[in-house]
Amino acid sequence: MLTQVTPVDTPAVEYSALLPVLLMLGGAVLLMTLGALLPRRRHTWWHATFTVFTALASAAAWWPLWFRARDDGALRVVADAYRVDGLTVLLGMVICAGVILTALLAHGYLRRERLEGPEPYVLLLLSAAGGQFMLGANDLLVLFIALEILSIAVYVLAGIHVRRARSGEAAFKYLILGALASAVLLYGIALVYGATGTTNLTGIQAFLSSNLLTNNLLLLAGVAMILGGLGFKVAAAPFHAWAPDVYEGSPSPVVAYMASGVKVAGFAALVRVFVVALSTYRTDWQPVVYVVAVLTLLVGSILSVQQTNVKRLLAYSSISHAGFMLVGIQAATSEGVQALAFYLATYTFTVAGSFGVATIVGRRGDNAHQLSDYQGLGKRAPLVAFAFLVFLLAQAGVPFTSGFLAKFYVLGAAVDARSFWLALVAMLSSVISAYAYLKVVLAMYGEDPDDDATGVTVPVGARIALVVSVAATLGFGLVPAPLTDTAHTAVASMVDPAPEQPAMAFPTGG
Amino acid sequence: MELAVFVAGAIVCLLGAVGVITSENPVHSALSLVGTLIGVAVLFIAQDAEFLAAVQVIVYAGAIVVLFLFVIMLIGVDRSEDVQVEPLSAQRAAAAVLGLVLAVGLVTIVSLGSVTGTPGTADVADVAASNTEAIGRVLFTEHLLAFEITSVLLVIAVVGAVALARYRDAAFVDAEHPGDEIPEPVVEAETAEVSQ
Repeated sequence: MLTQVTPVDTPAVEYSALLPVLLMLGGAVLLMTLGALLPRRRHTWWHATFTVFTALASAAAWWPLWFRARDDGALRVVADAYRVDGLTVLLGMVICAGVILTALLAHGYLRRERLEGPEPYVLLLLSAAGGQFMLGANDLLVLFIALEILSIAVYVLAGIHVRRARSGEAAFKYLILGALASAVLLYGIALVYGATGTTNLTGIQAFLSSNLLTNNLLLLAGVAMILGGLGFKVAAAPFHAWAPDVYEGSPSPVVAYMASGVKVAGFAALVRVFVVALSTYRTDWQPVVYVVAVLTLLVGSILSVQQTNVKRLLAYSSISHAGFMLVGIQAATSEGVQALAFYLATYTFTVAGSFGVATIVGRRGDNAHQLSDYQGLGKRAPLVAFAFLVFLLAQAGVPFTSGFLAKFYVLGAAVDARSFWLALVAMLSSVISAYAYLKVVLAMYGEDPDDDATGVTVPVGARIALVVSVAATLGFGLVPAPLTDTAHTAVASMVDPAPEQPAMAFPTGG
Repeated sequence: MELAVFVAGAIVCLLGAVGVITSENPVHSALSLVGTLIGVAVLFIAQDAEFLAAVQVIVYAGAIVVLFLFVIMLIGVDRSEDVQVEPLSAQRAAAAVLGLVLAVGLVTIVSLGSVTGTPGTADVADVAASNTEAIGRVLFTEHLLAFEITSVLLVIAVVGAVALARYRDAAFVDAEHPGDEIPEPVVEAETAEVSQ
């Protein structure tokens, strides 16, 4: 029997290009092992510290890949299933930042809620590894499995506060709806495979640019279902209904990760599938994304106005921000992708900081999230209130904050792509949601605290996270050039230099 | 013939799926799931994917459903649940209509559309090669990365189960009065061991 066996020609695995993701995975497994071997003590620092350093190591490992991708073009690894280009590196680092901020917030939170243990950090690292796999996924199967890694860990994290019924409710809702969205995505992938004969994104792009399909019904249905599946993950309307309930019920540091890391990975996948692989079908999907973006912008901003729970308000606000990011996708130009990358990088800090404040103000039990709980916060805790003010102003798009420039670049890309009405709707929704943010600001500064209201305690980790977030929000707002240049180089390196590969068909201007 | 097999398999699948969500007793749900999984195995055989069909029966219909039944018995939910609660009025009717629209739309698209992609080369290259060998080759060449990172899902399953199963020593913090402020507990000594 052995003589009949023909060896399988396995593809080469370039470990150096996968190193950042492997570090995340290795860190998670090591943390899990050490956590099981070492005696469990209360008030231990090393779980969070270990997580932060793992994420820092992963970010450092992205660094040399940046130069390789910039100078030599995209690296394609493991049978072209994974692609390391500038966008992968930039957003990979953004996910690392999201993990660091979440771990810093989680430390104080888990201690306060008496949930300490290595498991939340292990799940966070595994989820981030899934997100980083998703950023560079150049094959729909890899994209799907990476999405599952990213999501399933977050389903568990949403329910990690097992003594809080709402946390379990959030996890259950997220799991059931997320599983449905995954099924829809998978069916879409199957249809696209039927229409193109490959799951490789480069292969799909090449097939579609060299073949004119006489019957493209399967492809269009598949593309619509992929949009639905990915739209669920980034909370785009009409697939957003889970977000307010899940954001309200989940532990606040976990929400910080959901709104930063999960969104980054979801939008990276949208760029890879729609803007790059389906570039020849741009005229077919752009109107659909247009409608989804308009719905997302309006639903997010209009419904945020009447919320009295700050976490729900921030949930609707994050839906509206997803709408802005979709405006960048809809443009389908390199300017649009650059603006999207800038938006994702800056929004990560802003939203993680916002939910950091919610973590602190939430008190033991994670229940004090009503507007009345923020009453007089400007007097009770001036620094925390100031940080929240900065984050809210940035989300409203006030000049000299990163949020203003992020919206400005996205709208600029939309106008360049001649989507004037979409830009107008986006600006309108920005004005509407500014009213919602002002309500919170007024509660913090306009009202006196109750007589029995106490100050808030800010754990050291959360303090660091807030300082970093405020610095990033103001820093990128005042000195945006380094990040915009990085985004420009990142998107420029996405184009394949090899002549036999069809170049990414970005239209120039209008 | 192939159509007859497909229709039979599909009916078994769908009946099982409907049974899973409409049974009031979780044990009946789990048993209905067996019907769906066997139906999928039949569909795999109709596609000449004997290996997948065998795995489907052995792993899913055999092992996993047995595990489900174990869990149902162990945590004692083998009694009827009230599934008639309707938090939003008319949500069942709305779901039925929307589901029907989606189903009709997909059936229309799939019957009008045509498969335009070129068939995969894995089975064409060597007709004599067995199904199992072809799957093995594809898994270790074209889909190596997807295959390898699936293992991360298994790690998450283990860690997730541990994370959700522990920390149950104290009372619910919002069971009685959701939204109420929780009293600050007595601060414990810094070195206190966590009770396992």
